[in-house]
Amino acid sequence: MSQVLVLVDHIDGAVRKTTLELLTIAQRLGEPAAVFIGKGFENAAATLAEYGASVAYQVEGEGIEDYLVAPKAEALAQIVQGRAQSDQLAAVLIPSSSEGKEIAARLAVKIGSGLITDAVDVQASDGGPVTTQSVFAAGYAVRAKVTTGVPVITIKPNSAAPEVVSGAPASPEVIAVAVTVSELARSAKIVERRPKEKSGRPDLSEAAIVVSGGRGTNGDFSPVEAFADALGAAVGASRAAVDAGWYPHSNQVGQTGKQVSPQLYVANGISGAIQHRAGMQTSKTIVAINKDAEAPIFELVDFGVVGDLFTVLPQATEEVVKRKG
Amino acid sequence: MNIVVCVKYVPDAQADRRFTSADNTTDRSGVDGLLSELDEYPVEAALALVEAADDGKVIVLTVGPEDATDAVRKALQMGAHEAVHVLDDAIHGSDAIATSKVLAAAIGKLEYDIVMTGMASTDGTMSVVPAMLAERLSLPQVTFASELTVTDGVARIRRDGDTSTEIIEATLPAVISVTDQINEPRYPSFKGIMAAKKKPLQTWSLADLGLSADEVGLSAAWTTVEEITARPPRQAGQIITDEGDGGTKLVAFLADAKLV
Repeated sequence: MSQVLVLVDHIDGAVRKTTLELLTIAQRLGEPAAVFIGKGFENAAATLAEYGASVAYQVEGEGIEDYLVAPKAEALAQIVQGRAQSDQLAAVLIPSSSEGKEIAARLAVKIGSGLITDAVDVQASDGGPVTTQSVFAAGYAVRAKVTTGVPVITIKPNSAAPEVVSGAPASPEVIAVAVTVSELARSAKIVERRPKEKSGRPDLSEAAIVVSGGRGTNGDFSPVEAFADALGAAVGASRAAVDAGWYPHSNQVGQTGKQVSPQLYVANGISGAIQHRAGMQTSKTIVAINKDAEAPIFELVDFGVVGDLFTVLPQATEEVVKRKG
Repeated sequence: MNIVVCVKYVPDAQADRRFTSADNTTDRSGVDGLLSELDEYPVEAALALVEAADDGKVIVLTVGPEDATDAVRKALQMGAHEAVHVLDDAIHGSDAIATSKVLAAAIGKLEYDIVMTGMASTDGTMSVVPAMLAERLSLPQVTFASELTVTDGVARIRRDGDTSTEIIEATLPAVISVTDQINEPRYPSFKGIMAAKKKPLQTWSLADLGLSADEVGLSAAWTTVEEITARPPRQAGQIITDEGDGGTKLVAFLADAKLV
Protein backbone atom coordinates (compact mmCIF):
# COMPACT_ATOMS: atom_id res chain seq x y z
CA MET A 1 0.00 0.00 0.00
CA SER A 2 1.25 3.49 -0.80
CA GLN A 3 2.09 5.88 1.98
CA VAL A 4 0.10 9.04 2.60
CA LEU A 5 2.09 11.86 4.20
CA VAL A 6 0.25 13.84 6.87
CA LEU A 7 1.81 17.07 8.11
CA VAL A 8 1.31 17.15 11.88
CA ASP A 9 -0.21 20.33 13.31
CA HIS A 10 0.97 20.61 16.91
CA ILE A 11 2.05 22.94 19.69
CA ASP A 12 5.22 21.56 21.27
CA GLY A 13 4.04 18.04 20.57
CA ALA A 14 0.41 18.51 21.68
CA VAL A 15 -1.29 17.25 18.55
CA ARG A 16 -4.26 19.33 17.36
CA LYS A 17 -7.59 17.76 16.43
CA THR A 18 -7.12 18.58 12.73
CA THR A 19 -4.18 16.17 12.62
CA LEU A 20 -6.36 13.33 13.93
CA GLU A 21 -8.92 14.13 11.23
CA LEU A 22 -6.23 14.09 8.53
CA LEU A 23 -4.82 10.77 9.77
CA THR A 24 -8.35 9.31 9.65
CA ILE A 25 -8.75 10.47 6.05
CA ALA A 26 -5.25 9.18 5.25
CA GLN A 27 -6.37 5.72 6.41
CA ARG A 28 -8.79 5.67 3.46
CA LEU A 29 -6.12 6.48 0.92
CA GLY A 30 -3.15 4.34 1.98
CA GLU A 31 -0.76 3.93 4.88
CA PRO A 32 -0.59 7.09 6.97
CA ALA A 33 2.91 8.45 7.58
CA ALA A 34 3.09 11.44 9.89
CA VAL A 35 5.58 14.22 9.23
CA PHE A 36 6.56 15.89 12.50
CA ILE A 37 8.51 19.15 12.37
CA GLY A 38 9.59 20.93 15.53
CA LYS A 39 9.96 20.12 19.20
CA GLY A 40 8.06 17.72 21.42
CA PHE A 41 7.82 14.56 19.30
CA GLU A 42 7.87 12.40 22.46
CA ASN A 43 4.52 13.97 23.42
CA ALA A 44 2.98 13.23 20.05
CA ALA A 45 4.23 9.76 19.14
CA ALA A 46 1.59 7.68 20.94
CA THR A 47 -1.31 9.78 19.62
CA LEU A 48 -0.01 9.61 16.06
CA ALA A 49 0.17 5.81 16.24
CA GLU A 50 -3.26 5.60 17.86
CA TYR A 51 -4.85 7.40 14.92
CA GLY A 52 -3.13 5.32 12.27
CA ALA A 53 0.39 6.58 11.63
CA SER A 54 2.51 3.48 11.17
CA VAL A 55 5.50 5.63 10.30
CA ALA A 56 6.57 9.05 11.56
CA TYR A 57 9.19 11.18 9.84
CA GLN A 58 10.82 13.22 12.55
CA VAL A 59 12.32 16.28 10.93
CA GLU A 60 15.21 18.07 12.54
CA GLY A 61 16.88 21.12 11.13
CA GLU A 62 18.95 23.86 12.70
CA GLY A 63 16.61 26.73 13.64
CA ILE A 64 13.66 25.34 11.69
CA GLU A 65 11.18 26.82 14.22
CA ASP A 66 12.49 30.32 13.58
CA TYR A 67 10.93 30.48 10.13
CA LEU A 68 7.43 30.02 8.76
CA VAL A 69 6.40 28.02 5.73
CA ALA A 70 9.51 27.83 3.55
CA PRO A 71 11.62 25.35 5.60
CA LYS A 72 8.62 23.04 6.11
CA ALA A 73 7.95 23.04 2.38
CA GLU A 74 11.61 22.16 1.81
CA ALA A 75 11.44 19.32 4.34
CA LEU A 76 8.31 17.85 2.76
CA ALA A 77 9.82 18.13 -0.73
CA GLN A 78 12.89 16.31 0.50
CA ILE A 79 10.76 13.46 1.88
CA VAL A 80 8.67 13.25 -1.30
CA GLN A 81 11.58 13.38 -3.72
CA GLY A 82 13.99 11.21 -1.80
CA ARG A 83 12.05 8.02 -2.55
CA ALA A 84 12.47 5.17 -4.97
CA GLN A 85 10.28 5.15 -8.07
CA SER A 86 8.57 2.05 -6.71
CA ASP A 87 7.73 3.79 -3.46
CA GLN A 88 5.52 6.63 -4.64
CA LEU A 89 3.07 8.38 -2.38
CA ALA A 90 -0.72 8.30 -2.65
CA ALA A 91 -1.05 11.89 -1.41
CA VAL A 92 0.28 14.60 0.90
CA LEU A 93 -2.35 15.89 3.35
CA ILE A 94 -1.89 19.25 5.07
CA PRO A 95 -4.27 21.20 7.33
CA SER A 96 -6.00 24.21 5.73
CA SER A 97 -4.51 26.80 8.08
CA SER A 98 -2.90 29.85 6.50
CA GLU A 99 0.56 28.38 7.08
CA GLY A 100 -0.63 24.97 5.86
CA LYS A 101 -1.91 26.33 2.57
CA GLU A 102 1.31 28.21 1.93
CA ILE A 103 3.42 25.14 2.69
CA ALA A 104 1.22 23.15 0.31
CA ALA A 105 1.57 25.88 -2.33
CA ARG A 106 5.37 25.92 -2.28
CA LEU A 107 5.54 22.12 -2.08
CA ALA A 108 3.31 21.75 -5.14
CA VAL A 109 5.53 24.04 -7.19
CA LYS A 110 8.72 22.34 -5.96
CA ILE A 111 7.61 18.79 -6.76
CA GLY A 112 5.55 19.60 -9.86
CA SER A 113 2.24 18.37 -8.43
CA GLY A 114 -1.34 19.55 -8.61
CA LEU A 115 -2.80 21.25 -5.54
CA ILE A 116 -6.33 21.22 -4.11
CA THR A 117 -7.10 23.43 -1.12
CA ASP A 118 -9.88 23.53 1.48
CA ALA A 119 -11.22 20.05 0.85
CA VAL A 120 -14.12 19.14 3.14
CA ASP A 121 -13.93 15.48 2.19
CA VAL A 122 -11.47 13.16 0.48
CA GLN A 123 -12.38 9.67 -0.76
CA ALA A 124 -10.30 7.03 -2.46
CA SER A 125 -11.01 6.07 -6.06
CA ASP A 126 -9.29 4.06 -8.76
CA GLY A 127 -7.87 7.19 -10.32
CA GLY A 128 -6.54 8.59 -7.03
CA PRO A 129 -8.06 10.65 -4.22
CA VAL A 130 -11.24 12.57 -5.06
CA THR A 131 -11.83 15.75 -3.08
CA THR A 132 -15.01 17.68 -2.28
CA GLN A 133 -14.91 21.45 -1.81
CA SER A 134 -17.67 23.82 -0.81
CA VAL A 135 -17.39 26.98 -2.93
CA PHE A 136 -19.04 30.38 -3.55
CA ALA A 137 -20.26 30.74 0.03
CA ALA A 138 -21.40 27.10 0.05
CA GLY A 139 -23.49 27.60 -3.11
CA TYR A 140 -21.80 24.68 -4.86
CA ALA A 141 -20.10 21.39 -4.04
CA VAL A 142 -17.17 20.65 -6.35
CA ARG A 143 -15.59 17.20 -6.84
CA ALA A 144 -12.07 17.28 -8.18
CA LYS A 145 -8.82 15.39 -8.50
CA VAL A 146 -5.16 16.07 -9.03
CA THR A 147 -4.00 14.85 -12.43
CA THR A 148 -0.24 15.45 -12.25
CA GLY A 149 2.27 14.36 -9.65
CA VAL A 150 1.60 13.40 -6.03
CA PRO A 151 -1.72 14.98 -4.98
CA VAL A 152 -1.15 17.78 -2.49
CA ILE A 153 -4.40 18.40 -0.63
CA THR A 154 -5.22 20.80 2.21
CA ILE A 155 -8.18 19.85 4.37
CA LYS A 156 -10.48 22.00 6.49
CA PRO A 157 -11.15 21.32 10.19
CA ASN A 158 -14.19 19.16 11.01
CA SER A 159 -13.98 17.27 7.71
CA ALA A 160 -13.88 13.84 9.35
CA ALA A 161 -14.63 12.28 12.71
CA PRO A 162 -11.28 11.10 14.09
CA GLU A 163 -11.05 7.29 14.23
CA VAL A 164 -8.74 5.38 16.47
CA VAL A 165 -7.12 2.31 14.90
CA SER A 166 -7.72 -0.75 17.06
CA GLY A 167 -4.61 -2.76 17.83
CA ALA A 168 -2.30 0.10 16.82
CA PRO A 169 1.29 -0.11 18.09
CA ALA A 170 2.29 2.15 20.98
CA SER A 171 4.46 4.25 18.68
CA PRO A 172 5.03 4.69 14.96
CA GLU A 173 8.24 3.55 13.31
CA VAL A 174 10.38 6.66 13.54
CA ILE A 175 12.48 7.78 10.60
CA ALA A 176 14.80 10.69 11.32
CA VAL A 177 15.08 13.24 8.53
CA ALA A 178 17.86 15.80 8.61
CA VAL A 179 17.03 18.91 6.62
CA THR A 180 19.38 21.71 5.66
CA VAL A 181 17.29 24.85 5.65
CA SER A 182 18.28 26.89 2.60
CA GLU A 183 19.39 30.51 2.58
CA LEU A 184 16.16 31.42 0.78
CA ALA A 185 14.02 29.66 3.37
CA ARG A 186 15.76 31.69 6.07
CA SER A 187 15.17 34.99 4.36
CA ALA A 188 12.01 35.84 6.33
CA LYS A 189 12.67 35.43 10.04
CA ILE A 190 10.33 35.25 13.01
CA VAL A 191 11.76 37.85 15.37
CA GLU A 192 9.04 37.55 17.99
CA ARG A 193 6.32 35.04 18.78
CA ARG A 194 3.40 35.71 21.12
CA PRO A 195 1.32 32.61 21.90
CA LYS A 196 -2.44 33.22 22.02
CA GLU A 197 -3.93 33.36 25.49
CA LYS A 198 -6.12 30.39 26.23
CA SER A 199 -9.73 31.45 26.71
CA GLY A 200 -10.79 28.29 28.49
CA ARG A 201 -13.37 27.80 25.78
CA PRO A 202 -13.13 25.32 22.89
CA ASP A 203 -11.13 26.25 19.81
CA LEU A 204 -13.38 28.07 17.35
CA SER A 205 -12.50 26.01 14.27
CA GLU A 206 -12.91 22.71 16.17
CA ALA A 207 -15.94 23.44 18.37
CA ALA A 208 -19.19 21.50 18.00
CA ILE A 209 -21.19 24.58 19.00
CA VAL A 210 -20.40 28.21 18.20
CA VAL A 211 -22.27 31.18 19.69
CA SER A 212 -21.50 34.48 17.95
CA GLY A 213 -22.15 38.15 18.55
CA GLY A 214 -22.37 41.02 16.10
CA ARG A 215 -23.23 44.70 15.88
CA GLY A 216 -26.39 44.10 17.92
CA THR A 217 -24.35 43.41 21.05
CA ASN A 218 -23.26 47.05 21.08
CA GLY A 219 -19.95 45.95 22.52
CA ASP A 220 -21.38 43.91 25.39
CA PHE A 221 -20.68 40.25 24.72
CA SER A 222 -21.61 39.06 28.21
CA PRO A 223 -24.98 37.47 27.27
CA VAL A 224 -23.29 35.80 24.29
CA GLU A 225 -20.50 34.43 26.49
CA ALA A 226 -22.89 33.25 29.19
CA PHE A 227 -24.96 31.29 26.67
CA ALA A 228 -21.79 29.87 25.12
CA ASP A 229 -20.54 28.75 28.52
CA ALA A 230 -23.87 27.11 29.37
CA LEU A 231 -23.56 25.09 26.15
CA GLY A 232 -19.79 24.51 26.37
CA ALA A 233 -19.43 26.40 23.12
CA ALA A 234 -16.80 28.56 21.42
CA VAL A 235 -17.49 32.29 20.99
CA GLY A 236 -17.42 33.86 17.54
CA ALA A 237 -17.69 37.45 16.36
CA SER A 238 -18.84 39.14 13.20
CA ARG A 239 -16.52 41.39 11.25
CA ALA A 240 -18.42 44.45 12.49
CA ALA A 241 -17.78 43.46 16.09
CA VAL A 242 -14.10 42.83 15.43
CA ASP A 243 -13.62 46.05 13.49
CA ALA A 244 -15.26 47.93 16.38
CA GLY A 245 -12.66 46.40 18.68
CA TRP A 246 -15.21 44.47 20.74
CA TYR A 247 -13.65 41.05 20.16
CA PRO A 248 -10.29 39.80 18.85
CA HIS A 249 -9.79 39.02 15.18
CA SER A 250 -8.95 35.43 16.06
CA ASN A 251 -12.63 34.96 16.94
CA GLN A 252 -13.91 36.44 13.68
CA VAL A 253 -16.20 34.16 11.70
CA GLY A 254 -16.42 35.04 8.04
CA GLN A 255 -14.67 35.09 4.72
CA THR A 256 -11.60 36.86 6.07
CA GLY A 257 -11.77 35.20 9.48
CA LYS A 258 -12.49 31.58 10.27
CA GLN A 259 -14.84 29.39 8.33
CA VAL A 260 -16.61 27.07 10.75
CA SER A 261 -18.92 24.14 10.26
CA PRO A 262 -20.17 23.18 13.73
CA GLN A 263 -23.20 21.12 14.72
CA LEU A 264 -24.89 24.28 15.97
CA TYR A 265 -24.28 27.94 15.14
CA VAL A 266 -26.13 30.65 17.10
CA ALA A 267 -25.92 34.15 15.60
CA ASN A 268 -26.85 37.02 17.90
CA GLY A 269 -27.25 40.58 16.66
CA ILE A 270 -25.71 39.59 13.33
CA SER A 271 -27.42 40.73 10.14
CA GLY A 272 -25.99 37.93 7.99
CA ALA A 273 -24.09 39.78 5.24
CA ILE A 274 -22.45 37.54 2.65
CA GLN A 275 -19.01 38.08 4.23
CA HIS A 276 -20.31 36.43 7.41
CA ARG A 277 -22.37 33.78 5.70
CA ALA A 278 -19.29 32.54 3.85
CA GLY A 279 -17.91 31.69 7.27
CA MET A 280 -20.79 29.64 8.72
CA GLN A 281 -23.23 28.67 6.02
CA THR A 282 -22.44 24.95 6.18
CA SER A 283 -23.20 24.64 9.91
CA LYS A 284 -25.59 21.71 10.50
CA THR A 285 -28.14 23.73 12.51
CA ILE A 286 -28.36 27.52 12.47
CA VAL A 287 -30.24 29.63 14.99
CA ALA A 288 -30.40 33.43 15.13
CA ILE A 289 -31.65 36.20 17.36
CA ASN A 290 -32.06 39.64 15.85
CA LYS A 291 -34.28 42.67 16.44
CA ASP A 292 -34.74 43.11 12.68
CA ALA A 293 -37.22 40.68 11.13
CA GLU A 294 -35.78 41.50 7.68
CA ALA A 295 -32.20 40.58 8.56
CA PRO A 296 -30.78 38.27 5.83
CA ILE A 297 -29.58 35.83 8.51
CA PHE A 298 -33.19 34.66 8.92
CA GLU A 299 -33.06 33.17 5.41
CA LEU A 300 -30.51 30.69 6.69
CA VAL A 301 -31.93 29.63 10.03
CA ASP A 302 -33.58 26.45 11.22
CA PHE A 303 -34.99 28.48 14.09
CA GLY A 304 -35.05 32.25 14.55
CA VAL A 305 -36.21 34.66 17.21
CA VAL A 306 -37.09 38.22 16.29
CA GLY A 307 -36.25 39.95 19.52
CA ASP A 308 -33.65 41.59 21.72
CA LEU A 309 -30.67 39.34 22.45
CA PHE A 310 -30.33 41.05 25.84
CA THR A 311 -33.65 39.52 26.94
CA VAL A 312 -33.79 36.36 24.85
CA LEU A 313 -30.27 35.07 25.55
CA PRO A 314 -30.31 35.32 29.36
CA GLN A 315 -33.66 33.49 29.38
CA ALA A 316 -32.23 30.84 27.06
CA THR A 317 -29.13 30.51 29.25
CA GLU A 318 -31.24 29.99 32.35
CA GLU A 319 -33.30 27.36 30.53
CA VAL A 320 -30.19 25.45 29.42
CA VAL A 321 -28.76 25.50 32.95
CA LYS A 322 -32.09 24.26 34.32
CA ARG A 323 -32.28 21.39 31.83
CA LYS A 324 -28.71 20.36 32.44
CA GLY A 325 -29.57 20.13 36.11
CA MET B 1 10.40 52.38 -3.76
CA ASN B 2 8.68 50.55 -6.65
CA ILE B 3 5.88 48.20 -5.78
CA VAL B 4 4.12 45.74 -8.10
CA VAL B 5 0.64 44.97 -6.78
CA CYS B 6 -1.00 41.82 -8.19
CA VAL B 7 -4.77 42.15 -8.38
CA LYS B 8 -7.60 39.97 -9.62
CA TYR B 9 -10.82 40.60 -11.48
CA VAL B 10 -13.49 38.46 -9.83
CA PRO B 11 -17.24 37.87 -10.07
CA ASP B 12 -19.14 40.12 -7.69
CA ALA B 13 -19.73 38.16 -4.47
CA GLN B 14 -23.13 39.83 -4.07
CA ALA B 15 -24.24 38.54 -7.46
CA ASP B 16 -25.22 35.04 -8.48
CA ARG B 17 -21.78 33.47 -8.97
CA ARG B 18 -21.71 30.30 -11.04
CA PHE B 19 -19.77 28.00 -13.34
CA THR B 20 -19.76 27.61 -17.11
CA SER B 21 -21.22 24.17 -17.78
CA ALA B 22 -19.22 23.77 -20.99
CA ASP B 23 -15.89 23.38 -19.17
CA ASN B 24 -16.63 23.67 -15.45
CA THR B 25 -14.68 26.93 -15.14
CA THR B 26 -15.80 30.01 -13.23
CA ASP B 27 -18.18 32.10 -15.32
CA ARG B 28 -16.29 35.37 -15.66
CA SER B 29 -18.27 36.88 -18.52
CA GLY B 30 -21.90 36.18 -17.71
CA VAL B 31 -21.54 37.64 -14.22
CA ASP B 32 -20.57 41.22 -13.33
CA GLY B 33 -16.97 41.46 -12.19
CA LEU B 34 -14.83 43.92 -10.32
CA LEU B 35 -11.51 44.40 -8.52
CA SER B 36 -11.48 41.80 -5.74
CA GLU B 37 -12.39 43.56 -2.50
CA LEU B 38 -9.42 42.01 -0.76
CA ASP B 39 -7.06 43.50 -3.37
CA GLU B 40 -7.96 47.07 -2.38
CA TYR B 41 -5.92 46.60 0.79
CA PRO B 42 -2.57 45.93 -0.91
CA VAL B 43 -3.20 48.78 -3.38
CA GLU B 44 -3.75 51.11 -0.42
CA ALA B 45 -0.71 49.74 1.45
CA ALA B 46 1.49 50.18 -1.63
CA LEU B 47 0.27 53.73 -2.20
CA ALA B 48 0.96 54.62 1.43
CA LEU B 49 4.51 53.25 1.25
CA VAL B 50 5.33 55.03 -2.01
CA GLU B 51 3.83 58.28 -0.70
CA ALA B 52 5.89 58.00 2.49
CA ALA B 53 9.06 57.37 0.49
CA ASP B 54 8.11 60.30 -1.75
CA ASP B 55 9.76 58.40 -4.56
CA GLY B 56 8.91 55.47 -6.81
CA LYS B 57 5.67 54.10 -8.16
CA VAL B 58 2.92 51.54 -7.80
CA ILE B 59 2.47 49.27 -10.81
CA VAL B 60 -0.69 47.21 -10.73
CA LEU B 61 -0.63 43.86 -12.54
CA THR B 62 -3.41 41.48 -13.43
CA VAL B 63 -3.86 38.28 -15.43
CA GLY B 64 -7.39 37.91 -16.70
CA PRO B 65 -9.89 38.10 -19.54
CA GLU B 66 -10.63 41.32 -21.41
CA ASP B 67 -12.87 42.76 -18.70
CA ALA B 68 -10.07 42.42 -16.16
CA THR B 69 -8.98 45.88 -17.27
CA ASP B 70 -11.77 47.13 -14.98
CA ALA B 71 -9.79 45.81 -12.02
CA VAL B 72 -6.57 47.61 -12.84
CA ARG B 73 -8.51 50.71 -13.78
CA LYS B 74 -9.98 50.89 -10.27
CA ALA B 75 -6.46 50.64 -8.83
CA LEU B 76 -5.27 53.42 -11.14
CA GLN B 77 -8.18 55.54 -9.95
CA MET B 78 -7.09 54.96 -6.36
CA GLY B 79 -3.68 56.31 -7.31
CA ALA B 80 -1.56 53.53 -8.80
CA HIS B 81 0.81 54.94 -11.42
CA GLU B 82 0.85 52.30 -14.16
CA ALA B 83 -0.94 49.10 -15.06
CA VAL B 84 -0.10 45.87 -16.84
CA HIS B 85 -2.81 43.48 -18.02
CA VAL B 86 -1.71 40.04 -19.22
CA LEU B 87 -4.39 39.02 -21.68
CA ASP B 88 -4.31 35.81 -23.72
CA ASP B 89 -7.15 33.42 -24.53
CA ALA B 90 -4.87 30.48 -23.86
CA ILE B 91 -4.77 31.37 -20.16
CA HIS B 92 -8.48 30.56 -19.67
CA GLY B 93 -8.98 27.75 -17.16
CA SER B 94 -5.48 27.99 -15.65
CA ASP B 95 -4.93 26.56 -12.18
CA ALA B 96 -3.07 28.51 -9.48
CA ILE B 97 0.20 26.84 -10.51
CA ALA B 98 -0.04 28.26 -14.06
CA THR B 99 -1.43 31.61 -12.89
CA SER B 100 1.56 32.07 -10.60
CA LYS B 101 3.87 31.13 -13.48
CA VAL B 102 2.35 33.83 -15.70
CA LEU B 103 2.44 36.43 -12.92
CA ALA B 104 6.06 35.59 -12.10
CA ALA B 105 7.03 35.97 -15.75
CA ALA B 106 5.35 39.38 -15.92
CA ILE B 107 6.91 40.50 -12.65
CA GLY B 108 10.27 39.45 -14.05
CA LYS B 109 9.96 42.17 -16.68
CA LEU B 110 9.33 44.90 -14.12
CA GLU B 111 11.56 46.70 -11.62
CA TYR B 112 10.41 46.41 -8.03
CA ASP B 113 11.36 46.43 -4.37
CA ILE B 114 8.16 44.75 -3.27
CA VAL B 115 5.62 42.41 -4.89
CA MET B 116 2.41 42.92 -2.97
CA THR B 117 -0.86 41.00 -2.95
CA GLY B 118 -4.02 40.57 -0.91
CA MET B 119 -4.59 37.62 1.44
CA ALA B 120 -6.82 35.66 -0.97
CA SER B 121 -9.03 36.16 -3.98
CA THR B 122 -12.72 36.31 -3.17
CA ASP B 123 -13.57 33.65 -5.77
CA GLY B 124 -10.90 30.95 -5.50
CA THR B 125 -10.07 31.83 -1.88
CA MET B 126 -6.97 29.63 -2.02
CA SER B 127 -4.39 32.04 -0.50
CA VAL B 128 -1.63 30.22 -2.39
CA VAL B 129 -0.45 32.53 -5.17
CA PRO B 130 1.74 34.79 -2.97
CA ALA B 131 3.66 31.77 -1.62
CA MET B 132 4.02 30.39 -5.15
CA LEU B 133 5.35 33.75 -6.34
CA ALA B 134 7.94 33.76 -3.55
CA GLU B 135 8.96 30.25 -4.56
CA ARG B 136 9.19 31.08 -8.27
CA LEU B 137 10.94 34.43 -7.83
CA SER B 138 13.24 33.17 -5.04
CA LEU B 139 12.14 36.00 -2.75
CA PRO B 140 11.46 36.09 0.98
CA GLN B 141 7.81 35.45 1.76
CA VAL B 142 6.23 37.84 4.27
CA THR B 143 2.52 37.10 4.22
CA PHE B 144 -0.84 37.65 5.96
CA ALA B 145 0.39 40.96 7.33
CA SER B 146 -2.06 42.80 9.61
CA GLU B 147 0.58 45.46 10.23
CA LEU B 148 3.46 46.46 7.96
CA THR B 149 6.37 48.86 8.20
CA VAL B 150 9.35 49.24 5.89
CA THR B 151 12.50 50.80 7.35
CA ASP B 152 15.93 50.95 5.72
CA GLY B 153 15.07 48.23 3.22
CA VAL B 154 13.62 45.85 5.82
CA ALA B 155 9.95 44.89 5.86
CA ARG B 156 8.48 44.05 9.26
CA ILE B 157 5.00 42.59 9.70
CA ARG B 158 2.63 41.31 12.33
CA ARG B 159 0.96 38.06 11.34
CA ASP B 160 -1.95 36.77 13.41
CA GLY B 161 -2.07 32.98 13.23
CA ASP B 162 -4.40 30.42 14.79
CA THR B 163 -2.42 29.77 17.92
CA SER B 164 0.07 32.61 18.04
CA THR B 165 0.99 36.00 16.63
CA GLU B 166 4.36 36.39 14.95
CA ILE B 167 6.48 39.41 14.09
CA ILE B 168 8.38 38.63 10.91
CA GLU B 169 11.17 40.55 9.16
CA ALA B 170 12.76 40.29 5.75
CA THR B 171 15.18 42.34 3.70
CA LEU B 172 13.75 43.65 0.44
CA PRO B 173 13.02 42.69 -2.25
CA ALA B 174 10.23 40.50 -0.93
CA VAL B 175 6.73 39.17 -1.61
CA ILE B 176 4.31 40.69 0.91
CA SER B 177 0.62 39.84 1.30
CA VAL B 178 -1.69 41.92 3.46
CA THR B 179 -4.99 41.12 5.19
CA ASP B 180 -8.13 43.22 5.47
CA GLN B 181 -7.00 44.29 8.94
CA ILE B 182 -4.12 46.35 7.61
CA ASN B 183 -5.76 49.61 6.54
CA GLU B 184 -8.87 51.32 5.21
CA PRO B 185 -8.58 51.57 1.43
CA ARG B 186 -9.18 55.06 0.04
CA TYR B 187 -12.09 55.81 -2.27
CA PRO B 188 -11.02 57.13 -5.67
CA SER B 189 -11.47 60.91 -5.80
CA PHE B 190 -13.01 62.59 -8.83
CA LYS B 191 -9.53 63.91 -9.68
CA GLY B 192 -8.18 60.37 -9.39
CA ILE B 193 -10.84 59.00 -11.71
CA MET B 194 -10.02 61.62 -14.32
CA ALA B 195 -6.26 61.20 -13.97
CA ALA B 196 -6.53 57.42 -14.35
CA LYS B 197 -7.61 57.78 -17.97
CA LYS B 198 -4.16 59.11 -18.92
CA LYS B 199 -2.06 56.61 -17.00
CA PRO B 200 -0.02 53.98 -18.87
CA LEU B 201 -1.87 50.68 -19.28
CA GLN B 202 0.03 47.98 -21.15
CA THR B 203 -1.45 44.75 -22.45
CA TRP B 204 0.91 41.77 -22.71
CA SER B 205 0.33 38.36 -24.30
CA LEU B 206 1.97 35.05 -23.41
CA ALA B 207 4.45 35.58 -26.24
CA ASP B 208 5.54 38.86 -24.62
CA LEU B 209 6.37 36.82 -21.51
CA GLY B 210 8.22 34.09 -23.36
CA LEU B 211 5.59 31.50 -22.39
CA SER B 212 3.80 29.12 -24.70
CA ALA B 213 0.13 28.20 -24.76
CA ASP B 214 0.77 24.61 -23.68
CA GLU B 215 2.16 25.77 -20.34
CA VAL B 216 -1.13 27.34 -19.27
CA GLY B 217 -4.88 27.01 -19.53
CA LEU B 218 -7.39 24.26 -18.88
CA SER B 219 -5.52 21.47 -20.67
CA ALA B 220 -2.27 22.23 -18.84
CA ALA B 221 -3.92 22.30 -15.42
CA TRP B 222 -2.66 19.79 -12.87
CA THR B 223 -6.11 19.33 -11.36
CA THR B 224 -9.46 18.62 -12.93
CA VAL B 225 -13.02 19.22 -11.84
CA GLU B 226 -15.16 16.09 -12.13
CA GLU B 227 -18.51 17.41 -11.06
CA ILE B 228 -20.16 20.56 -9.77
CA THR B 229 -23.42 20.35 -7.86
CA ALA B 230 -25.45 23.36 -6.84
CA ARG B 231 -26.36 23.01 -3.19
CA PRO B 232 -30.07 23.49 -2.60
CA PRO B 233 -30.65 26.71 -0.65
CA ARG B 234 -31.44 26.10 3.00
CA GLN B 235 -35.15 25.70 3.68
CA ALA B 236 -36.48 28.60 5.71
CA GLY B 237 -37.03 27.35 9.22
CA GLN B 238 -39.31 28.41 12.00
CA ILE B 239 -39.18 32.07 12.99
CA ILE B 240 -40.97 33.41 16.07
CA THR B 241 -41.27 36.83 17.63
CA ASP B 242 -40.21 37.13 21.24
CA GLU B 243 -43.21 37.73 23.46
CA GLY B 244 -41.42 37.14 26.73
CA ASP B 245 -40.73 33.45 26.02
CA GLY B 246 -38.36 33.59 23.06
CA GLY B 247 -35.44 32.18 25.00
CA THR B 248 -37.44 29.29 26.37
CA LYS B 249 -38.80 28.40 22.95
CA LEU B 250 -35.31 28.57 21.47
CA VAL B 251 -34.01 26.04 23.97
CA ALA B 252 -37.06 23.83 23.44
CA PHE B 253 -36.12 23.73 19.76
CA LEU B 254 -32.52 22.84 20.62
CA ALA B 255 -33.66 20.11 22.99
CA ASP B 256 -35.93 18.61 20.32
CA ALA B 257 -32.98 18.60 17.96
CA LYS B 258 -30.94 16.90 20.67
CA LEU B 259 -28.47 19.76 20.70
CA VAL B 260 -28.99 20.40 24.41
